[in-house]
Amino acid sequence: MTTNSVAPARMRQWRIFSGLSGTALVGVAVTIFLLAFLILPVLKVTYVAFQDPSTGALTLHNFGDFFRSSLFRSSFVNSFYVSAMSVVVATVIALPLAYITTRFNFGGSALIQSIGFIPLIMPPFVGAIAMQLLFGRNGTVNLLLSQYLGFKIPFMEGLNGVIFVQSLHYFPFILINLSASLRNIDKAMEESAQNLGCTGFRLFRRIVFPLAMPGYIAGAALVFIKVFDDLGTPLLLNVNNMLAPQAFLRISSIGINDPMGYVISFILVAFSVFSLWASFLFMRGKDYSTVQKGDGGLTRRDLSRGEKVVAYGVIIFILLLVLSPHVGLALLAFGTIWSFSPLPDGYTLANFATVFEQSIQYVTNTLLYAGLAAGFDIILGTAIAYIVLRTGIKGRKLLDYMATAALAVPGVVLGIGYLRLFHSLDVPVIGKPLASWWVIIVIALSVRRLPYALRACMAALQQVSLSLEEAAENLGASKNRSIRRIVVPLMAGGILAGFVTSFATAAVELSATIMLVSTNDDAPLSYGIYLYMQSPSGRGAGAALGILAVVIVGLGTYLSNRIIEKDRARKAEVDLPQ
Amino acid sequence: MIDLLRIMEEAFSMRKLLGLTVLGLLMSVSIVNAAEKVVVVTTFPKEMTDAFAAAFAVSNQDYELEVLNKGTSAAVQFIQETAGNNTTDLMWVSAPDAFEVLMANGLLESVDINTEGIPDKIGTYPINGPDGYYYGFAASGYGIMWNTRYLEANNLEPAREWEDLAKPEYYGHVGMSSPSRSGTTHLTVETLLQGAGWDKGWADWKWIAGNMNTVTERSFGVPDGVNSGNIGLGVVIDFFAFTSRASGFPIDFAYPSVTAVVPANIGVLKNAPNPEGAKAFIEFLLSPEGQQVLFDPAIMRLPVNPAAYANAPDGIPNPFEGDEVKASVNFDADQSKQRYNVVNSLFDVMITYRLNELREAVRAVQLAEIAHADTDNAEAKALIAEARALIEATPVSEEESLSPAFAAIFQQSTEGEVVEGRQAELERQWDAMVVENYAEAKSLAQKAASL
Repeated sequence: MTTNSVAPARMRQWRIFSGLSGTALVGVAVTIFLLAFLILPVLKVTYVAFQDPSTGALTLHNFGDFFRSSLFRSSFVNSFYVSAMSVVVATVIALPLAYITTRFNFGGSALIQSIGFIPLIMPPFVGAIAMQLLFGRNGTVNLLLSQYLGFKIPFMEGLNGVIFVQSLHYFPFILINLSASLRNIDKAMEESAQNLGCTGFRLFRRIVFPLAMPGYIAGAALVFIKVFDDLGTPLLLNVNNMLAPQAFLRISSIGINDPMGYVISFILVAFSVFSLWASFLFMRGKDYSTVQKGDGGLTRRDLSRGEKVVAYGVIIFILLLVLSPHVGLALLAFGTIWSFSPLPDGYTLANFATVFEQSIQYVTNTLLYAGLAAGFDIILGTAIAYIVLRTGIKGRKLLDYMATAALAVPGVVLGIGYLRLFHSLDVPVIGKPLASWWVIIVIALSVRRLPYALRACMAALQQVSLSLEEAAENLGASKNRSIRRIVVPLMAGGILAGFVTSFATAAVELSATIMLVSTNDDAPLSYGIYLYMQSPSGRGAGAALGILAVVIVGLGTYLSNRIIEKDRARKAEVDLPQ
Repeated sequence: MIDLLRIMEEAFSMRKLLGLTVLGLLMSVSIVNAAEKVVVVTTFPKEMTDAFAAAFAVSNQDYELEVLNKGTSAAVQFIQETAGNNTTDLMWVSAPDAFEVLMANGLLESVDINTEGIPDKIGTYPINGPDGYYYGFAASGYGIMWNTRYLEANNLEPAREWEDLAKPEYYGHVGMSSPSRSGTTHLTVETLLQGAGWDKGWADWKWIAGNMNTVTERSFGVPDGVNSGNIGLGVVIDFFAFTSRASGFPIDFAYPSVTAVVPANIGVLKNAPNPEGAKAFIEFLLSPEGQQVLFDPAIMRLPVNPAAYANAPDGIPNPFEGDEVKASVNFDADQSKQRYNVVNSLFDVMITYRLNELREAVRAVQLAEIAHADTDNAEAKALIAEARALIEATPVSEEESLSPAFAAIFQQSTEGEVVEGRQAELERQWDAMVVENYAEAKSLAQKAASL
């Protein structure tokens, strides 16, 4: 706590320095990148929202039309309701998983953490198809229910269906960020509380959960914004009266002169930035960092036999639920014909044979694109997090808002913006327009997935105490050296979490890539799945490709989790003498 | 200083790496160029494009087909956005409207193709676009596809006419796509509007829509839903049903008597990098051997060359002969074009976006009618008639729909044109009217049922 008194003086000193420092230069470079590949393309497309459709003059008429229309107003309310409820349901799923695996000695923690992450690795349209086959009105569950019990449960109908699918799909955001936070909590905090007689649920409610707040809020904000802007799920469940599908339906109608799609896009972006700002407001003035880093998190307790049974029961139930889309997809991939029956008529390997014969280039392309994009994202994310949290550069908050606004930009809008800006720009040497060079897909992916990496890096840096850095500098380390040797290694867990999230979600992105793929040889996996899924005979093959994607990205996730766990164990050992 | 040197060294090796990559890229480009590429943007599934690419490679060694698959609207947008530096030779999709939009923007090239043996019209619909801007290569009819297992489990008979789909026993069992999402669905909607008349046509669609459990966003969503058993009956293009059946799904299909058979098309783009290759592919597509490829079990479309039907597999009807496919509507393509966007917008406002309200109103009327099927309660009958009229009311008259000034509100405006009114404003008025009507109809019908 002694740092508090020195802090103001230090801060001022940095502000003077920052004008010349390397961090400022990095800040400028990041700003230029975001301007070129996010802000300009989006403005290029959305300025239509401010134009009179017939005269082209600037106007705010269109916004008036939006707020006067009862359809749009109810769409807004529906989107808000679905997002908020999804956060609640996702929390109910993620909290037990995160808490049990980080706080208790529990067999297979890394495995559970990875499996819990798997729902993100699935293009939304594939997930919805699989879920329909299992939970739809004539899916496996309902066919069995009506056969034996004589009733059906409308899991997948209307807004509740959207909430169901979205929370199963996006809860990993909360899980992964919350787990990272829980691991970083200082053991001493918990011990002090226990010494003072605080135990059980009170300990969790008053000490552990509040200390894990940065991670939880980061995850919850992501879920909220993502669900608010998500297009795929409502469209596949044919729910139209939400904002994102309304925007998409209007933008993608052919030859229609309706600016409302762009008005809605603009409102989506604005509202997402607003939600983010609200989450910052909530966090403001609270210090979550801890100085002591040796032990890497909470004490792990052994469970009693009874507790073990309950814990395994809860975890197995949740895992069954969240893995159901994958079970459905696997049945589809290995099945022959599956129509109005609880299970496929027969099983075959033919679908995988088709995929291995025709489509291996999709896999290699995806690994390349998503790997590059995620690598780029954590570099950008760490840089932005550092600039925002640790420097006094003017307008630094803006960097964060800009990067995060990417969450709210519909992929279609970004895709069209890129085509508009970069199609007439030839890349030297290659001799192709930038918009049809495969690198543009990597850029699109990294812009769209930057917010994920950024939130993870921010949460990680928030938990690293400033005094550690100051100590390094007092001992004579340069700014760059202290960032490289102290800050980044201490953030490693969070950065890796960011990489995994960006990578896995980039691997299944479709909406922007479908606009930007200019030859089939350059196409990634999700595009391949989409291609297959366009015909009745391709459904099985598409599902097989989907399973392949899940396995590959799932393995990557598992390995990274193992690294995090190992790293934690190593740190704990080194610190033993303390 | 040492740091700087190391950084320079790293930068240098990066350069080298980049140079190697570029060299590799150049080499791979030159290898691919052995056969000249014909780049085609299409919405057709992989099975279909693969079959044609293979057949084209056999018949013609000079060119190689390179396929770029996108949804219809994404394809049109892609071509519009890349027009300044065009890298695409051909546009190959079902929906004639996509070609109309591209033609209006001056993005299509007029080419002269030998169409010997191919008639000018199929039924009453012209096979080829105007002035060689695009050519029809396969015909498709619209109809009703159903899942036999689903109907059996629900004790339902298949519906064979559009009016059948409006019957109360199909409540919650029907699905279709929206005309604004799928050009082919649009033609189905327009066909019924022309066949039954504007007011009666809209009324029919609303009674059918009242039985729907879903309006899907993609046209393929309907056959997909019927195949998996989520939807019992779907309004689809014939080949969706034929290919589903050919891949083993428990599917059957019927052409209603009011249907249109319309061509799927292909056209050469303006400033195509390889116009000769593009022409060669169209000529192959229309040749007897190219037309045969349409009978592939994964394609199952109707050839436009009547001679091709000599080798047709079972289950493929010949629209040029017999009466299985009776295109009884005299389809007026000009009228359709005139009110294209108005029809799309009306359908979405009255049906797609208000499906729940519509379904509730329609169900209330159906239940009231069932309750009073054997009574002659005049008051109830009057209430039901009133409710029916409220549901059927359409905010736009046929004259309005065909007036150019009205249509202009919905079209991308050209330079200097002044348009009165905004689409969003109109849609809001329509929306307010139908929401009020549906609610009123529901309460009237409920009142009638309780009498």
